Amino acid sequence: MLEVQNLSMRFGGLLAVDEVSLDIQEHEIVSIIGPNGAGKTTVFNCMSGFYKPTGGKILFEGKEVQGKPDYKISRLGMVRTFQHVRLFSQMTVVENLLVAQHRHLNTNLISGLIKTPNYRTKEQKSLDRAAYWLDRVGLLDLANREAGNLAYGQQRRLEIARCMVTEPKLLMLDEPAAGLNPAETKELNQLIVSLKEDYNVSVVLIEHDMSLVMDISDRINVINQGRPLASGTPEEIRQNDDVIKAYLGEA
Amino acid sequence: MAANNFRHALFCAIITLIISYPIIGFNLEAQGINVMLTGADTGTVVMVLLAAVMVFLFQLFREQIMGALRSVPNPLPQSSKEPMAENRRAKIESWVLTGIVILALFWPFFVSRGSVDLATLVLIYVMLALGLNVVVGLAGLLDLGYVAFYAVGAYTFALLSQYTGISFWLALPIGALLAALFGLVLGFPVLRLRGDYLAIVTLGFGEIIRILLNNWTTLTGGPNGIGGIPDPTLFGMEFGRRVKEEGNTSFHETFGIAYSGEHKVIFLYLIALVLAVFTALVIRRFMRMPVGRAWEALREDEIAARSLGLSRTAVKLSAFTIGAFFAGFAGTVFASKQGFISPESFVFLESAIILAIVVLGGMGSQIGVVLAAIAVTILPELAREFSEYRMLIFGAAMVLMMVWRPQGLMPMRRIHIELKKQE
Amino acid sequence: MQDLLYFFQQLINGLTIGSTYALIAIGYTMVYGIIGMINFAHGEIYMIGAYTALIAITGLTALGVAWLPLILIVALVCAMIVSSSMGWAVERVAYRPVRGRHRLIPLISAIGMSIFLQNYVHLAQGSRNIGFPSLIDGGFNFGSGEGFQMSLSYMQITIFITTLICMTALSLFISRSRTGRACRAVSQDLGMANLLGIDTNRIISATFVIGAALAAVAGLLLGMYYGSVDPLFGFIAGLKAFTAAVLGGIGSIPGAMLGGLILGVAESMTSGYLSGEYKDVISFSLLILILLFKPTGLLGKPEVEKI
Repeated sequence: MLEVQNLSMRFGGLLAVDEVSLDIQEHEIVSIIGPNGAGKTTVFNCMSGFYKPTGGKILFEGKEVQGKPDYKISRLGMVRTFQHVRLFSQMTVVENLLVAQHRHLNTNLISGLIKTPNYRTKEQKSLDRAAYWLDRVGLLDLANREAGNLAYGQQRRLEIARCMVTEPKLLMLDEPAAGLNPAETKELNQLIVSLKEDYNVSVVLIEHDMSLVMDISDRINVINQGRPLASGTPEEIRQNDDVIKAYLGEA
Repeated sequence: MAANNFRHALFCAIITLIISYPIIGFNLEAQGINVMLTGADTGTVVMVLLAAVMVFLFQLFREQIMGALRSVPNPLPQSSKEPMAENRRAKIESWVLTGIVILALFWPFFVSRGSVDLATLVLIYVMLALGLNVVVGLAGLLDLGYVAFYAVGAYTFALLSQYTGISFWLALPIGALLAALFGLVLGFPVLRLRGDYLAIVTLGFGEIIRILLNNWTTLTGGPNGIGGIPDPTLFGMEFGRRVKEEGNTSFHETFGIAYSGEHKVIFLYLIALVLAVFTALVIRRFMRMPVGRAWEALREDEIAARSLGLSRTAVKLSAFTIGAFFAGFAGTVFASKQGFISPESFVFLESAIILAIVVLGGMGSQIGVVLAAIAVTILPELAREFSEYRMLIFGAAMVLMMVWRPQGLMPMRRIHIELKKQE
Repeated sequence: MQDLLYFFQQLINGLTIGSTYALIAIGYTMVYGIIGMINFAHGEIYMIGAYTALIAITGLTALGVAWLPLILIVALVCAMIVSSSMGWAVERVAYRPVRGRHRLIPLISAIGMSIFLQNYVHLAQGSRNIGFPSLIDGGFNFGSGEGFQMSLSYMQITIFITTLICMTALSLFISRSRTGRACRAVSQDLGMANLLGIDTNRIISATFVIGAALAAVAGLLLGMYYGSVDPLFGFIAGLKAFTAAVLGGIGSIPGAMLGGLILGVAESMTSGYLSGEYKDVISFSLLILILLFKPTGLLGKPEVEKI
């Protein structure tokens, strides 16, 4: 469903990403791993439209999306989280989820002002969807708390729930396990697998937690210094000499 | 440590003297073409010295003073508290507000003409501040040229009445829509800019509009302004002693009561009241709609908002346009109230006052903004000697609020949303 | 020939004004380069410099001092001391406590400070504009007796030379001195500089002080050049100087110099060939166009949005 072909990104004289290719099938969890500074997040930023890649193509469901504005890409059904959690911290937890459903609620201003029945139905639907996902990630009781006041692990889960209410086809998670304790990581592991199994979402994952990556990935891509190093199933990656030398060996 | 502290305190005291004594302690006086320098009176000099001593003592005992201040419990409610019995509170709140509006409807019949006139001005500021609150408080866009849209509303009415003899009621929507259109057109290119650039560019726009009004003499009358702007009518009834326009009747004759200049003042006040309440209600509704949440989301984290499919331009433009719309509203009322307008009423200072109202009231908070509008407009009238210091105090208050209480005196309270558990 | 002389006259006038804009613009650009905020109160600091200089000049004259260089130097030193102290105090009171908060907060604090300072001087010295003695009279005239005469006044020459000295001194300071090096380090990466043991608070204070001192120089020069001061003196000049800073690329010191000169020339050409009323419109339009089409300015570095 997503194909990245020979993606390159240059900042001034620095070639941060050099000819990286990826492909993600439906119903699949694909991880991108590599040492710090390898250019993983830059690949994400290109995929989600924050950066305009300087070379290569990104095809989403057969259509070229590289260089499209970020909000349009997100509306196509590719939604991401961030390495450092980005919530609307002064808004409540449930408001965070309502904002994300903006495009589902895309009614005009007048119908909202006078509360037409159509508007009410849509509003109720988005509230129900928010309630469902809050329940799913265990935050329903905190729905009216300010998002900035949540504990770190809760913020991470809220960010994922916020992506899921947009009903994405492809979810891009940027280091979702960073800063989580082992129990929380285990929960996250189950959540991601369930997103794939129960909601039919494909997942691209950037992660440093090797046990998580090896456990849930269908395939893994390794990037080193902006260049693709290897790709394959977790088993293949575990046995790849280049990878062991460049990455696992030093870890 | 103690010696260090002492040195720092002494340094601060000396700086205080340097920045205050030359400016306050000497008066420049123009005498003919010459400038004379006179020393200020002893009282002023003593004040300057006292200020330096106070700074010295404060810096010396800074730790102790700040510690003591911190242990004083905060008298104002915290926004993070979990609200209790949400439904009941909301009900009480809406009853109280309705009561206040009803009181405000009858109040002008019992007070002097001057008070009603002042109250109308307060209501105009309420409209302006509520409109700017959308732009600054909710969407987080610092608009320093807001007064330009106010001017568009006022000049639209003035010019249309001069050239086409349009009535107030027709001019009201036209003025507001034209101001909104200005917001849209000006906003489109500038909203891509970062926050601080946006501030300075809107400031520039405000100045450009004022300079144009001042210099386009053939159309706007330049600094002389435009006079003879008609009063609003009530179903074709005029409030003047004699009917000016063919086909209209006069209010006092229709009802068989004696003519009184007060009728017009009260009528204008009531119009302003209705419009201010309308503004508040519409914006309150917007805040509970997707568009309002999108404004806040963009203020909180633009990148996250974009990643969720919000178009930065569309969201910012909607805030800018809606804010401008209500400024146009206020401008039309203002033109009608004054009967005369000139570029003088639309200087940067006016934008600064409106911004001060929003900041003091609490960005995003409607009740806070309304209270601040009342306070900021009425206090200088109550104490004449205070009015000279008005802007000095506003400026200082803006700094102090940002340092100690950026959420304002009456912070915005989040809307409580009941959720049902889904299966 | 006449037309050419007229053109050169506008050019000289523009460069004169432009070089003072450049002096003020440096304050904006240095502060922006280091803490990434617009110091809205900078125009007021420049205005206070002009007032202090006027007070010093009037005081010295009243005391019977007649030797011009002494008057000028004393006025300059007084203006620089008062403005720098003001710059230091403003940073301490209004900016340091809100550093690192949501971007709107320091901005509003700065606007509040600007309003405060304007009214501070307004209350102390009145709102009317006060005549500023020109002190430096005369100049060179070019052109025939009856036609247009181009003039280059000694005042203009003084402005050029003073600006040149200040700019050179600043460049040397930034590139050679310890504090200058620290300034550059802090503007590259504040957090890193902090970790490396640079007292970033001190450097930020120093930036404000240097910017304010240069603004005070501009205050004295422009006060003499225009011949009067009033409390609103700093507001428009501040905006212009900010435009100059953006034009040249905010954060870049050579950019501020270049931007100031370009803006000054653009303005004086507008007054000379169109109408003086519209020169402010031209500079604001220039600002808006630059921000829209080349927000990094002429010499600024492109910024990569960090995610």
